[in-house]
Amino acid sequence: MNERVAIIGIGTTGFSPVSPDLSFKELTYSAAVKAYDEAGLHPKEIDSFITGSEDFMEGYSIFDEYIPDQMGAVMRPAHTVCADFIQAMGMGCMMINTGQFRTIAVEAHSKASNIKTLDEVKAFALDPVYIRTLKENAEFVAGLEMRRFLGDTGNTEEQCAAVVVKNRRNALMNPDAGHGAVLTINDVLSSHPVSTPLKHLDAAAPSDGAIMIVLAAEEVAKKLCSNPIWVKGFSWFSAEGNLWNRDMSEAKYARLAAKKAYAMAGIFQPSKDIDFAEVCDEYSYKELQHLEALGFARKGESGFLTETGATSLGGEMPVNTSGGSIGVGHTFEASGGMKVNEAVLQLRGLAGKRQIKGARTGLVQSWRGVPTATGSVAILSNEL
Amino acid sequence: MTIDKVPVKGLSSQEYEKALKVTWQPDLQYAWDNGIAIGKYLEALKDGKILGARCEECGRIMLPARSFCELCWRPTDEYLPVKDTGVVNTFSICNVNWDASRLKPEEPRHLPAVIEIDGASAGMGILHILGNVDPKDIKIGMKVKAKWKPEKEREGCITDILYFEPV
Amino acid sequence: MGKRRVAVVGVGLTKFVRRAQETGPELSHQAVKMALDSAELKLKDIDMVTLGTAPDAFDGVHMKGEYLLSGAGGNNKPYIRNFVGGGTGVFAPIHGWMHVASGAADICMVVAEEKMSSCHPHPQGAFLTIFDHTTEQPLKPTLIWIFALEMRRYMEAYGLKGEDIARVAVKNKANALDHPSAQIAEKVTIEDVMNSEMLADPVHRLDISPASDGAAAMILASEDVAKRLTDKPIWLDGVGWNLDTSYWATKDLYYPRYVEKAARMAYDMAGIKEPSKEIHIAEPYDPFDYKELHHMEGLMLCERGQAAQMTADGVTARDGNLPVCPSGGALGVGNPIAATGLMKVIEIYLQLKGEAGKRQVPGDPRVGVAQAWGDLMQVGTVTVLRR
Repeated sequence: MNERVAIIGIGTTGFSPVSPDLSFKELTYSAAVKAYDEAGLHPKEIDSFITGSEDFMEGYSIFDEYIPDQMGAVMRPAHTVCADFIQAMGMGCMMINTGQFRTIAVEAHSKASNIKTLDEVKAFALDPVYIRTLKENAEFVAGLEMRRFLGDTGNTEEQCAAVVVKNRRNALMNPDAGHGAVLTINDVLSSHPVSTPLKHLDAAAPSDGAIMIVLAAEEVAKKLCSNPIWVKGFSWFSAEGNLWNRDMSEAKYARLAAKKAYAMAGIFQPSKDIDFAEVCDEYSYKELQHLEALGFARKGESGFLTETGATSLGGEMPVNTSGGSIGVGHTFEASGGMKVNEAVLQLRGLAGKRQIKGARTGLVQSWRGVPTATGSVAILSNEL
Repeated sequence: MTIDKVPVKGLSSQEYEKALKVTWQPDLQYAWDNGIAIGKYLEALKDGKILGARCEECGRIMLPARSFCELCWRPTDEYLPVKDTGVVNTFSICNVNWDASRLKPEEPRHLPAVIEIDGASAGMGILHILGNVDPKDIKIGMKVKAKWKPEKEREGCITDILYFEPV
Repeated sequence: MGKRRVAVVGVGLTKFVRRAQETGPELSHQAVKMALDSAELKLKDIDMVTLGTAPDAFDGVHMKGEYLLSGAGGNNKPYIRNFVGGGTGVFAPIHGWMHVASGAADICMVVAEEKMSSCHPHPQGAFLTIFDHTTEQPLKPTLIWIFALEMRRYMEAYGLKGEDIARVAVKNKANALDHPSAQIAEKVTIEDVMNSEMLADPVHRLDISPASDGAAAMILASEDVAKRLTDKPIWLDGVGWNLDTSYWATKDLYYPRYVEKAARMAYDMAGIKEPSKEIHIAEPYDPFDYKELHHMEGLMLCERGQAAQMTADGVTARDGNLPVCPSGGALGVGNPIAATGLMKVIEIYLQLKGEAGKRQVPGDPRVGVAQAWGDLMQVGTVTVLRR
């Protein structure tokens, strides 16, 4: 793949626990208007459109029926992937690299607040014969994985709590975040157990929001955009599909995806070549697990890096300056979009109080949630 | 290579009865935010009106009401009620329920139709059902009018219109 | 950046059955294994996997793509699920094309799976939730409504009778007698179709393809890999797709304009200027018999309103000038939605290779088109294959 691709427009409605004034179509339209306006394009001028979504998160079967109008994609080539935003963004980059498309719009959104029985939806993703029949709340998978990960790596529950404290504090500086708070380690540790060792405050709360980007091939990007953000590398992987033959101590999908994305982006020393990272922290321990899989920390070291401030805003490798899913709210298929939004803000110098000085290259990473071992990685930069 | 032998076995309904199965009935409940446009559309239904939206640029009056014109890519300019009469664009006489079970012989047939509503742009139809009509008499092009529920029974739902009947 | 030509190098297809004892992942595995064997490749040779499957409600699993991946060969690979409703079966190879034409993958596995029988009391019930939850579902619509409404509009536009359309069901169900995957191949007459139970006027039971379980797989490769694997690569030279408005009742249903747009996109890419002359063989999606006609016109294989006459004249029979659905289509082979679409692309592939066995059309077909449709009369997905 040798066509260079940049983000030339981005729009988001922000992320909040509820969004009662707007329907999902209106929410997405709001994000799309901003993205297209920034890109300087009417949707008629955009070559193709991609949405990342899952039917049961929308409460519709065949959700792609309901995507074209609010993207301005009526009677255009538009499609849906049942995947997260970063995967959809990667597909857009692939499409541009076929040589047949020069601009692609990519969106994802969450209306999780509209799901009254979210636990049932999550449980509905479990293997119907072997796992769902145990009739457990699906969070048990995260509990199992957390125990295995901590046991195997030596990271501690306190260090997981430090992730929560950091991220919710970062969120206080993010006007788009819904869960900024000043917490202590003890607050997290004493929150009620969900599926031990996972506790209530270890888990991100669901949130609503929409995010849209416009991708463009290099010559279009250079013509239309004064500060394009280049997608230097991207990849996604699924490790073992079945829970029962999966090694839960490592986020293998993140390791494999990072390896490929780094190769594409010409990154040989992640800790040096990357200035910041937005990684999935749907559960606190996931941030630690992902840091180790991405090569930012050796095995067992991620907790130590967190509690000593290395991943805090002023540290050597700021992680989740947005606040992560824990601080912003988890938006499922759109959570990767939240991270891309933060990365773009950082790379354009627009992150306000959260700004990392001289940010040039950032990493965004997503996980598809319980019970999957699927995730994606992308490297974004303000330099070619 | 030709594919002439293919794997997979299907079960007959008797074999299926005897086969080991797991069953699961998910409790999936949603409360969808209507948002601006559909919120107004439903409120108007409660009020005994069908609400459309107009885009000045293309001139269309659209149903159901929308807060943006998806073709011109701009907010709509005005919400306005259209008439509650229309013309049958297409219809069917249906003998099955939504779950594929058959209607009993004594039950009236379901009469779904696409009705182009007067006052909206040409071709602007909505899905609804026909009623108070002998199925044999239904024709494409037939003029119909909405039969509303009594005001105090209306809930702000598409079923506030019981059916469309011939004028 | 230049266009990388993409070829089909292997295919696999399971039987389409009413109640498969295999699980969804197992169905996928069967198809993937067949495809690998047919290309003489191993799973480790596959760079990436894309899987298409229609609503999660059928299999009864949320994030169905993740559930199926271990059976689809997705473990430890870049794997992604694509989804455009009923159009998915032909969109899946288009998604695969994106993987290979971009250079991201040299060899991509495309899988399409459907297990509708899991859904009780009847898979048709799952379709209630495809209608708008606020403006339409309270009317308790059934899937058959929308087809009946469209079929009537189509018949009215051209003055067609039920018999003119039933002819398609007769042709396809008979064609399917020669398809090893066929679920309900049988010889029926036009009278049989017209006398079968009227489900929603004008749709009779035999006008409809049945709900089904099944899986299909196809391996796509870049040009140089394809040339190493086979001396007769079949090229995926044109891809197109188009998605119409969600406000489906606001357009005239007599003509699938979104299929035409998707077809134009695919034909342009493949360099086809006169489809009615340059396309030798076609597999349009036929979940209902009138749909074959509807789609033939959308694919511009004939003038609008002429498809029924072409059928009556025998043009679309296997030995006619433009064979349509020589496989037997959804009507004859069965309709496990995503798998059906891919089955049609597979049929074109086999026909162009001369490997369609008893279904082989005479002459020397070199260019074929496969098409699927989906959603609330919204999606057209089109692939053009060339030898």
